[in-house]
Amino acid sequence: MELNAKIPPGPLKDKWNYYKDHAKLVNPANRKKLEVIVVGTGLAGSSAAASLAEMGYKVKSFCFQDSARRAHSVAAQGGVNAAKNYKNDGDSVYRMFYDTIKGGDFRSREANVYRLAECSLHLIDQAVAQGVPFGREYGGYLNNRSFGGVQVSRTFYSRGQTGQQLLLGAYQALTRQVSAKAISLYTRHEMLDLVVVDGKARGIIVRNLDTGKIERHSAHAVILATGGFGKIYYLSTLAMGCNASAIWRAHKKGALMACPSWTQIHPTSLPQSGEYQSKLTLMSESLRNDGRIWVPLKRDDVRKPNDIPETERDYYLERRYPAFGNLAPRDISSRAAKERIDAGYGIGAQKNAVYLDFSKALKEQGEAKIKEKYGNLFSMYRKITDIDAYKEPMMISPAAHFSMGGLWVDYELMTTIPGLFALGEANFADHGANRLGANSLLQACVDGYFVAPYTVSNYLADEIKTGPVPADSMEFIEAEQKAKELLARLVAIKGDKTADYYHKKLGKLLYDHCGLSRNREGLSFAIAEIKKLRADFYLHLAVPGTPEEMNAELEKAGRVADYLEVAELMCYDALTREESCGAHFREEYQTPEGEALRNDEKFCFVSAWDWRGLDQEPALVPEPLTFENVALTVRSYK
Amino acid sequence: MKIFLKIWRQKDAKSNGKLVDYEMDNVIPHMSFLEMMDTLNEKLVLSGEHPVEFDHDCREGICGQCGVMINGRAHGPLKNTTTCQLHMRSFKDGDTIYIEPFRAEGFPIKRDLKVDRSAFDRIIGAGGFVSVNTGQAPEANSIPITHEIAESAFDSAACIGCGACVATCKNSSAALFTSAKISHLAKLPQGQQEARKRALTMVAQMDAEDFGHCSNTEACEVECPQGISVLNIARMNWEFLKGNVLK
Repeated sequence: MELNAKIPPGPLKDKWNYYKDHAKLVNPANRKKLEVIVVGTGLAGSSAAASLAEMGYKVKSFCFQDSARRAHSVAAQGGVNAAKNYKNDGDSVYRMFYDTIKGGDFRSREANVYRLAECSLHLIDQAVAQGVPFGREYGGYLNNRSFGGVQVSRTFYSRGQTGQQLLLGAYQALTRQVSAKAISLYTRHEMLDLVVVDGKARGIIVRNLDTGKIERHSAHAVILATGGFGKIYYLSTLAMGCNASAIWRAHKKGALMACPSWTQIHPTSLPQSGEYQSKLTLMSESLRNDGRIWVPLKRDDVRKPNDIPETERDYYLERRYPAFGNLAPRDISSRAAKERIDAGYGIGAQKNAVYLDFSKALKEQGEAKIKEKYGNLFSMYRKITDIDAYKEPMMISPAAHFSMGGLWVDYELMTTIPGLFALGEANFADHGANRLGANSLLQACVDGYFVAPYTVSNYLADEIKTGPVPADSMEFIEAEQKAKELLARLVAIKGDKTADYYHKKLGKLLYDHCGLSRNREGLSFAIAEIKKLRADFYLHLAVPGTPEEMNAELEKAGRVADYLEVAELMCYDALTREESCGAHFREEYQTPEGEALRNDEKFCFVSAWDWRGLDQEPALVPEPLTFENVALTVRSYK
Repeated sequence: MKIFLKIWRQKDAKSNGKLVDYEMDNVIPHMSFLEMMDTLNEKLVLSGEHPVEFDHDCREGICGQCGVMINGRAHGPLKNTTTCQLHMRSFKDGDTIYIEPFRAEGFPIKRDLKVDRSAFDRIIGAGGFVSVNTGQAPEANSIPITHEIAESAFDSAACIGCGACVATCKNSSAALFTSAKISHLAKLPQGQQEARKRALTMVAQMDAEDFGHCSNTEACEVECPQGISVLNIARMNWEFLKGNVLK
């Protein structure tokens, strides 16, 4: 199998225009005969569903939450990047493209990344027109803040709730189309399988989570915008319901997965405080604009942070990366924190955290200014920890956050199954081996508002003669049968361990062996352990009740069943990439200073994986990356 | 800590429900309220009982999915805090905690503590948007909006749609929720074109969903996790009257 990314011809800056000028169109009279399924109602899903419905396509939209407005895009705090150059600080589309390529450690496609930067300009316009209340200067013009990995201010924000505000804009656009009867919306519905007919994606099998009823839905194209799967680590910054099931089940139907092990471990989350803990709350990266990160110079220092004098503090990011300081990119900041914690300088009861200190900013800018910028974050911190961060430093720690990996897609965001598209965090496309802060809201929006309307239309142009897609073909019946069998199998085990028990065990294995740093031995060990854990799961899982009713434990069990398979592929992915790049840090491949050591000669490719069944090793299908516009350099933030 | 729980159990929308007693030993003050519920559910699953169904997702106070009545208060004893952000340090050893679903005509119970809040989506669908299609937007800085207006619009837009305002209101009024969206959009130039019509259609939908009227007790603002101000309701009434007079 050979992968064709379908990059348009011409110079980098003209590729997207070339594509738009040459993409096939569907005339308005034909659009209403064509159906599109969109799974997920986060930024990518809502924006794609709304935009396609506005064009005249018949759209069916699905989410597992009880309202489309609750998808996890809602939790993104800090901001969204755009190369508007409103700050007159030297920003441009090219510079944003370069920052993103470099931030991703040269493991993403030039053409995709350039398009992301180019479309960022329109996204801000679109969001403002929808009524998204971005932060503004007193004169009335839009304001920006800085994020990690860049030297300009290009991040637009709505206090610490930017994801919420952008999502509400997209959600409102979606509900507008629901009211116009252009979208049929199915909340509390979870996708169980993809239906492929004659090699094309033709529909999905879903379970109504309120009633347990299994339904078939057919369409001319299927879009998965189902988000990331960082929750596989159990303790993560993600929502409890985030999962890999939709993309994993599509993978098992033939869609290749790319770089699944590339998970961003976010440097500024709240540390774990006990075994009962269900999630790690993120503190926005925007805090690093004014917060300084440090640990005591002395090991096992038990003094209170305010009692440790300036001279006995190690501001290790400022020390190691003077050019970027506290705004070093996430992978680098997280690894630097782990290095200090592992060396015995960690703070807090479990010695698993570092300080994020605002005292300097508070002294220079005053409490009112800091409150205006980060008020909700400080009050959230107080609610969770009972500590007043205006008086003493926050305690933070790295936590699993964002999946750079996902379904492999070409330039059109189409997977290796014709008619199956993957948008937003569900795909592997723009972020390479490390995502820059405030680029994920951007990617989700750009995929949904600006890319999918062109590329999905280009695909649908060849479907105008297909006619309605029946949902009673053999393929639908078989897929429904298989989905029901899995549910029945899970409740029939009647063992003595909960789905959470397995999820926690799996998460710990991944944190230890496929997290911030990895090595050959650990990954091989993890693969063997995951196989054992999976076997145990099918012998000892306990799920009460039946599949024919509302059953939250069954939902969890289904997701964990998939995680137990995804985890194994993640470890293969990490094991076979014998280099360090971005978030993928292989201990065998590092510089004498402990920085990531890339191997461009052997590993300048995307690892796409083909499913061969549980009893066989997955097959690696590399997509070589070619760089025509940037020189591959050592990624230095020193 | 030892905690005694009285939790509303109801098999489905049609069955009758009742309060069921549970005891929890070894509750740790640092636990979140929902982690305490997780621990209870783990016990129930292992004993073969159906765990307590409750809504939750992000567990950081922003998705709006969680929400139960705790000792008769929406989201529990703390002000402006979602259920998921409440921690067990807010309770004492030996406390008895009553846990019930949000109750309102407009929020039918689905199972145990889960209620159907889709009425909120239909209220937004009745006009809680700016009618702009993808691709129509002008350059973002072409319409300046002062810092104060943008911040004030944000204050209204911050609503997370959890329904605590309805649950806490003696009339089960959705006025705070509806008015927050009407105000958010009416304050911004982008939303002003449709402001009058929006107030009429959204209020009509709110009434059609079996929510009661607002009688200005202001209880909603006290429980709102985002501290949405009741001044939004005043603005809604103003927009509604304006819409009616000028229609």
